Amino acid sequence: MMLWSLVLVPFVAGLVSYVIVSDRIRRSVWFIAMAFHLFISFFLSFDGGEAGMSLQGGWLTLDALSRIFMPLTSLLFAAATLYAIGAFENEHGRKSDPGKAASAKVRRLSPESVFTGCILVFLASMTTVILSHRLGLQWVAIEATTLASTPLIYYHQGKRSLEAAWKYILLCSVGIAVALLGIFSLALAASGVTSELSVDSLVTHATQLDPRWLKLVFVFILVGYGTKMGLAPLHTWLPDAHSEAPSAVSALLSGALLNCAFIGILRVLQILNAAGMGSFGEHILIFLGLFSMGVAAIFILRQPDYKRLLAYSSVEHMGIVILGTGLASEGMFGSLLHAVNHSFVKSMLFMTAGNILAIYATKRIDGVRALKNRVPLLAVLWFGGFLAITGSPPFGTFISEFSILQEAVNQERYVTVGLYLFFLLLVFVGMAATFSKMTFGATTDTAPPKPLHVWSLVPPVFLGLAALMMGLYIPQQLDTMLRNAAALISGGAL
Amino acid sequence: MINTISILLAITSLFLFGSSRVRISIRMVILQGFLLGIAFLYYNQAHLTIGTWIIGVSSIVLKGIVLPWLLTFVLHRSRAKLEIEPYVGFGTSLFIGVLLLGFSTYVAWNLAINTARTIPPALFSAALFLIFCGMFLIVTRKKAITQTIGYLVLENGVFATGLGIGHEFPFIVEMGVMLDIFVGVFLMGIMIFRIDRAFDHTDTHRFNELLDSIATEPADSAEMENIQ
Repeated sequence: MMLWSLVLVPFVAGLVSYVIVSDRIRRSVWFIAMAFHLFISFFLSFDGGEAGMSLQGGWLTLDALSRIFMPLTSLLFAAATLYAIGAFENEHGRKSDPGKAASAKVRRLSPESVFTGCILVFLASMTTVILSHRLGLQWVAIEATTLASTPLIYYHQGKRSLEAAWKYILLCSVGIAVALLGIFSLALAASGVTSELSVDSLVTHATQLDPRWLKLVFVFILVGYGTKMGLAPLHTWLPDAHSEAPSAVSALLSGALLNCAFIGILRVLQILNAAGMGSFGEHILIFLGLFSMGVAAIFILRQPDYKRLLAYSSVEHMGIVILGTGLASEGMFGSLLHAVNHSFVKSMLFMTAGNILAIYATKRIDGVRALKNRVPLLAVLWFGGFLAITGSPPFGTFISEFSILQEAVNQERYVTVGLYLFFLLLVFVGMAATFSKMTFGATTDTAPPKPLHVWSLVPPVFLGLAALMMGLYIPQQLDTMLRNAAALISGGAL
Repeated sequence: MINTISILLAITSLFLFGSSRVRISIRMVILQGFLLGIAFLYYNQAHLTIGTWIIGVSSIVLKGIVLPWLLTFVLHRSRAKLEIEPYVGFGTSLFIGVLLLGFSTYVAWNLAINTARTIPPALFSAALFLIFCGMFLIVTRKKAITQTIGYLVLENGVFATGLGIGHEFPFIVEMGVMLDIFVGVFLMGIMIFRIDRAFDHTDTHRFNELLDSIATEPADSAEMENIQ
């Protein structure tokens, strides 16, 4: 029942939010749902007994993998909630334009209520993706995340965000339709063996599944959910959607939603590994990972827009995660750790970018100079975020990127090692130039910046500290959880 | 019965490849919705429970009535022209369509022979053809509304594949899939309105605000719009 409440509470709160007129009440509903979700998911993941909790006939299950991503998603959502409320306040400060107020009256639903409703439904669907062990239900939930997040992307109703949202919904829906073909193929592979498409029963009977169909399943699922995860060459929607969405949403899309698509792939990989066909997927995963890193590196080098830069960086990091997954064993551990680290750092950077956007009113890198002098706190976050996202030593990303590298060296895949290091270096150089120009560059503008609402600053600071902590000291319990999850995917052989 | 339905499905898709009018395309989608719903009920006639009835009937209502009606509504209310504007001419499209039909028949027959499970090859090839047709429409048509039709056809193809494989999802998942499709097309419809208002056209090929090549030129007006 506890697990169902994780899905139902945000869902119902979301539906209710559509009709609440008062900003104050709606925000309290949002806040309560967020706090409830945060509390329950932490309670269940860290304290809910050792055995995998399977309730309600196995529709939703909290296993080693969801124990990591459930609290992570919840935490990111909490940060995004506080940040979004701060950002709304920042916006209200400048809402004195009479034309804008008139157009707001024309809309029947206030934009903020649609935003709140969608973001809560979005949380409910992400929760379902993470907890679901039935692949059919998981598919429905992944498509639901696309649908719930589309209105969030075009919240600002500008031409650019509409275009981004159109690409997002069309490309992701088509990709996910391909994934449904994969699930049908899985049903065919399992015909006569097991009738229910739950991960557990498929893993139990994995060796009896038809291997030819299983290969097809993996390819379909990888293409389908890979689109959603932003793996090159299926990533084309991602830079648009992540850069045009409001920053709180960008933070969730990059930090939480990409992980959900990753989980979709991992569940199938788990079945593949149990069937003893893990080596079939390896080459594809390693190739896709390196290719994503390469494509992202090229676009990062010549990027004039800092939010797009962060979006391309997400493509790069998903490449790293998939590469680690392809290397398996220790690489699997590294890739899960990297997914966690990336979520912290990227959400923090998107929130900081939102604050920079609020002050400078431009997304162009050329338009932002001397952050150090104008807003020292943002400068620290921005430059620290740069060090973290490029995997520099004091941060958690360094450890995870290094453990993936180590595994590649151990397996004597020297071409992979060479390309991996080359792309990381390329990204570092590209980002270093941009971030140092923005932080330290000279400016003639000395007017004091508009003060930012405190809620738009607390979450990025918190997430930044979390990213730093992951580099200095990984708690024993978290380490065990990550190892358990890696063992779960690899089929116990670690 | 299933063979007749499969052939009819293939014919509707060929029409979609060749037709130059949005209205005709929508009619073809209506036909497909009805055909698939009937095929679903026919397929499950041995065990027609309440759940199967609900799924079959709501599939007909959704794909054959509600969504096409929504598309027609969008078509009339937005200022989209009634002709389809393709990247690839209709003759060429039709030719490619015939090739794809041949290809999907070949694949389906091979698969049907090579698996232990009995798959009706006609239905399976029609399903594959619908999927190809949907993807082709999405890639080669300029208008947002035609792309939405392409998405619907693609989903129809996936539905038909599931039918051919003979797998049944639990009732709740089946309804969830349908709800997703409904909300998806509904959202796309809303967005076509908004695109129509913001751009004065619904041609996605003139979507060029976000290309990386032009991102170097100033786009401050659009940005100000975003910030507010």
